[in-house]
Amino acid sequence: MSSVELEKDGALMTLSMGPHHPSTHGVLRLILETDGEVIARCTPDLGYLHRSIEKIGEFVDVGQFVVYTDRVDYVCAMNSNWAWCLAVERLLHAAGLPVVVPERAEYLRVLAGELNRISSHLVAVGAMAMDIGAFTPFLQGIAQRELVNDIFEKLCGARLTYNYVTVGGVSHDLHAGGADEIARFLDTLERELVRFNRLITANAIFRGRLAGLAPIGAADAIAYGLVGPNLRGAGVDVDLRRDEPYSVYDRFTFDVPLGDRFAGVNGVQGDCYDRFVVRCLELFESIRICRQALAQIPPAAAKADDPIGGWQADVTKHTRKLPRGEVYVRSENPRGETGYWLASDGGKTPYRVKIRTGSFTALSIFEKLIPGLMIADLVAVIGSLDIVIPEVDR
Amino acid sequence: VSDAPAVPAAPAWTKPPAQPRPPRPAGALDHAAISALVRERFPDVLDERLDCGEPWLRVPAEQLLAVLAFVRDDPRLACTALHCLGGFDWSRFAPPPAPKPPAKTAPAPASAAPALPPPPGDLGCAYHLGSYALRHRIALKVFTPRAAPSIPSASALFPVAGYFEREVFDLFGIAFPGHADLRRIMCPDDWVGHPLRKDYVYPESYGGVLLKRAGQRFDEGPYATASAEAKS
Repeated sequence: MSSVELEKDGALMTLSMGPHHPSTHGVLRLILETDGEVIARCTPDLGYLHRSIEKIGEFVDVGQFVVYTDRVDYVCAMNSNWAWCLAVERLLHAAGLPVVVPERAEYLRVLAGELNRISSHLVAVGAMAMDIGAFTPFLQGIAQRELVNDIFEKLCGARLTYNYVTVGGVSHDLHAGGADEIARFLDTLERELVRFNRLITANAIFRGRLAGLAPIGAADAIAYGLVGPNLRGAGVDVDLRRDEPYSVYDRFTFDVPLGDRFAGVNGVQGDCYDRFVVRCLELFESIRICRQALAQIPPAAAKADDPIGGWQADVTKHTRKLPRGEVYVRSENPRGETGYWLASDGGKTPYRVKIRTGSFTALSIFEKLIPGLMIADLVAVIGSLDIVIPEVDR
Repeated sequence: VSDAPAVPAAPAWTKPPAQPRPPRPAGALDHAAISALVRERFPDVLDERLDCGEPWLRVPAEQLLAVLAFVRDDPRLACTALHCLGGFDWSRFAPPPAPKPPAKTAPAPASAAPALPPPPGDLGCAYHLGSYALRHRIALKVFTPRAAPSIPSASALFPVAGYFEREVFDLFGIAFPGHADLRRIMCPDDWVGHPLRKDYVYPESYGGVLLKRAGQRFDEGPYATASAEAKS
């Protein structure tokens, strides 16, 4: 968070967009220098939501820190929990400790993670359409997200910050009837997505509005650290669930959609429409993964720490003191690759926690990408990059 | 013995097979191979690791940009993506526990790794780079003295480093000569101190607003425990 000195040459107008502008998806301030409607310079000003979660991580133990990872990215809290627990488990494994996550817990993590990816992508595509002026798709997305929240509420009692994935498993087994409920939801969602795509994705006005807008090439996308759907929208074929499968992702069949000039003749690979469509296609892939997970999940066992049918391994004696070592663990979150760098000097709490999030690096391309666009286009670009501010500021 | 009819046992769950995936690229290297390539070119780079977990390469600050350019541009490495750049303050990192005296019957360890020279300081930066095409990755660390912490900026090689370095500058107070726009990014411009340093003192107030409740102390409770442990 800082004040910025701008040149006062009289020709440009300085416009402060945010921090309370609804289309900045949180408290982000963009300092624009505009010539009429055209932006000459764009300087993101962040930090309004900085809580120093990395510092907190040095004072709480690894189990307590799961609660804070909820707040790193509350649009996909399940995936944030999971990424942190994955880092801790990998450190424990590196020290040779026998921490075995039960098979059923791994499937529950996949189900929770993919359902949260669905709800996160629904918010992303719905909010992007709303920012441009189409309100109905947003309501369609939010209505489906409510159903995911209902499932999560029965699963773990919370609707937004779940604290569900724990070191060594998950906090609760699937509730009675949960599998049927998820299967019914997936069917409903599939029907609704067809309606959603007919209304907005295939809409000629919407497509024409976004075609060729703010394209990001593959080399730029890598150099500026874009990850996830933003990187795949630029045509870079990367998905950690497929390339470096963690958990049980190696047991599922799914495709990795890439940006492919979906907007037609006026489109450019990696434009806003490509990023939008990649998210819409990933929704269908998540449905596929959830269905396979439901078919493969082992039946519940009586004991929570059963290595097949349990849901929570007993890790308390292994996490009282962390092994002396460090790991950097990447996982595929809805907003792309999230990295947790965990260093421990053998104490009770981590020595250093560094959280690398997709939204923070996505903001770094703004100063290059935005100049020359119109103010209304900036709103579309923010939506297409799916920036979530708590994840930026941490 | 009960007369209840035997319930047929549910079929045992079998582990589903792994699905076919695109093969790992032929050029994918492990840490040892990457380390050998880098150290062949830069003999001053040291290969380090803690008791467990992932190793890293310790790079002298003055060679950092050359090493980064090498790992990015060499076709065998092609680490074009800077996944993560994070600062650290190693000043309270506990030394390894003293080794137990070896039992008389056990043979002395034949080849204990030679101790590495101490780093030039306890502040620093860790660079986690990777290649999307070759699917390998590498970690570098640069140490810099606390008296005048300074590391050359990597933002010309990796544009994304610009934001990461602003964060490190803000939270650790490390200067990055060569950075075009080195300002605080999370904290306000007039914030005092660098919060992620281990010796950071929590301010009483900011801009006339009290930051602590009456009687609240940050030198007791979990904070005191953590710092006392780190000191011992």
